[in-house]
Amino acid sequence: MIFRTRLDLPLDRDGSVRFLPWIVALMVYLASLALAGTLVVRDGVARWDRGLSGTLTVELPAASAGNRDDGAIEQALKVLRTTPGVVRADAFDAQRTAELLEPWLGNDIDAADLPLPRLIDVHVEPSAGVDLAALGQRLAAAVPGAKLDDHRRWLDRVLRTAVAIEVVAGLVVALVGVAAVLAVIFATRTGLAVHHGIVEVLHLIGARDGYIARQFERHALRLGLKGGIAGLLLASLTLVGFAAAAAQVGAIDDAMRVLPALGAPAIEWALLLLLPVAAGLVAMLTARITVLRALKRLP
Amino acid sequence: MRYGAGPEILRDITLRLEPGSFYFLTGSSGAGKSSLLKLMYLAERPSRGLISLFDRDIATTPRREMPALRRRIGVVFQDFRLIDHLSAFDNAALPLRVAGVAEHQIKEHVTELLSWVGLGNLLGAKPPTLSGGQQQRVAIARAVIRRPSLLLADEPTGNVDEELALRLMRLFEELNKLGTTLVIATHNRSLVDRFDHPHLHLANGELRTERARKRSEG
Repeated sequence: MIFRTRLDLPLDRDGSVRFLPWIVALMVYLASLALAGTLVVRDGVARWDRGLSGTLTVELPAASAGNRDDGAIEQALKVLRTTPGVVRADAFDAQRTAELLEPWLGNDIDAADLPLPRLIDVHVEPSAGVDLAALGQRLAAAVPGAKLDDHRRWLDRVLRTAVAIEVVAGLVVALVGVAAVLAVIFATRTGLAVHHGIVEVLHLIGARDGYIARQFERHALRLGLKGGIAGLLLASLTLVGFAAAAAQVGAIDDAMRVLPALGAPAIEWALLLLLPVAAGLVAMLTARITVLRALKRLP
Repeated sequence: MRYGAGPEILRDITLRLEPGSFYFLTGSSGAGKSSLLKLMYLAERPSRGLISLFDRDIATTPRREMPALRRRIGVVFQDFRLIDHLSAFDNAALPLRVAGVAEHQIKEHVTELLSWVGLGNLLGAKPPTLSGGQQQRVAIARAVIRRPSLLLADEPTGNVDEELALRLMRLFEELNKLGTTLVIATHNRSLVDRFDHPHLHLANGELRTERARKRSEG
């Protein structure tokens, strides 16, 4: 119906509003990329959070050169394995420690020759509510210098970064929205000025302000939807290209997989489909308010 | 009444139009005929004074109630003010559409009226393709389509020949018999003299009412 309604005002023929769908398309394109970025970051953080929850790392001080087997690992493992809620506790052997250091020290080192801290990988039942502070104290009592790391500090930093990215994306979307609203206001005012004569005739033969405003709002809705769909299509192509490029980078170098895949849940991606609808509605409402305010000046 | 800070166009005018009356409004160019009509069809507000329409004081009538008053007024503008991209049919149908009349009723009434004014074969024609006289008839059809309580016409027979002018005048008289109050602004003294209606004469911004002089034989 929206696309077939007869308009008393020849708004379709206005050169002044032909640019509007292009502006809306650009706005929706930018907003889509900003929102997609937010989804990717949020999904990545959620994956890291899921991956790290329930895992702890115990760090024991390096053994002294003269006493490689000081029993510290055994004592720590004993504390851990007698703690309710701890599912598994495995000490890193020399080979695994060497693998961790390989990117920095190369593969011809003997970890046993170096004063390296010794690590224990601990898995706990997340729902068991293990008292980490108490566990840390018991470990420190059993092995002086032992430290318990639940990765929270690192994850908190990642979360703060993610929140900052979301705030920036939100600002981008808000700025884009403001710019779109200003463009619609300008186009609507131009339309009112160009068709002042017809608007006045409609007013004088008894058209209510809402009747005249509907002419503009339907036109704005149509242009907004048109531009919004074009912008979303362009953004989709960009995202598909980006995903393909990211996948290729991942295939070339496995270490680059720290970049999370573009794999947020489908329902969240479906939200992007609402952007053209939102663009159309914003354009419609803006046009309506602009026209109603202008008509108030008529007697 | 004055436009902006300009001189007073109309002053000290006291006028009461009885329901069902018929007036000609005469006066030389620039005498203020169009300005007086604008006050009546609510396109302008007086800089001082009082206008009461259909027993409502315009100054105190809420804005939201003004469209209902305007729908009771039919206006034939001097420059027609037809909408160029709409057909003759759609132009004449406009007052019905803004009032929310059903499309099947609109079709019936508008087709009948446009046929009556001799435009039955030009329903789909756009105003730019019509002659001045044809445009004027579309404008008249638009003004009378809702059978208004008050019809204000600014030079409604200015662009048509004598025969059609008389035909249109008979349409106005028919409307008047049905209860419509009419004010017709015109320069055409011979037309005024053909009909037995009083006329309002504007000169130097002031209004004088004159009785009819002759009785029409047509």
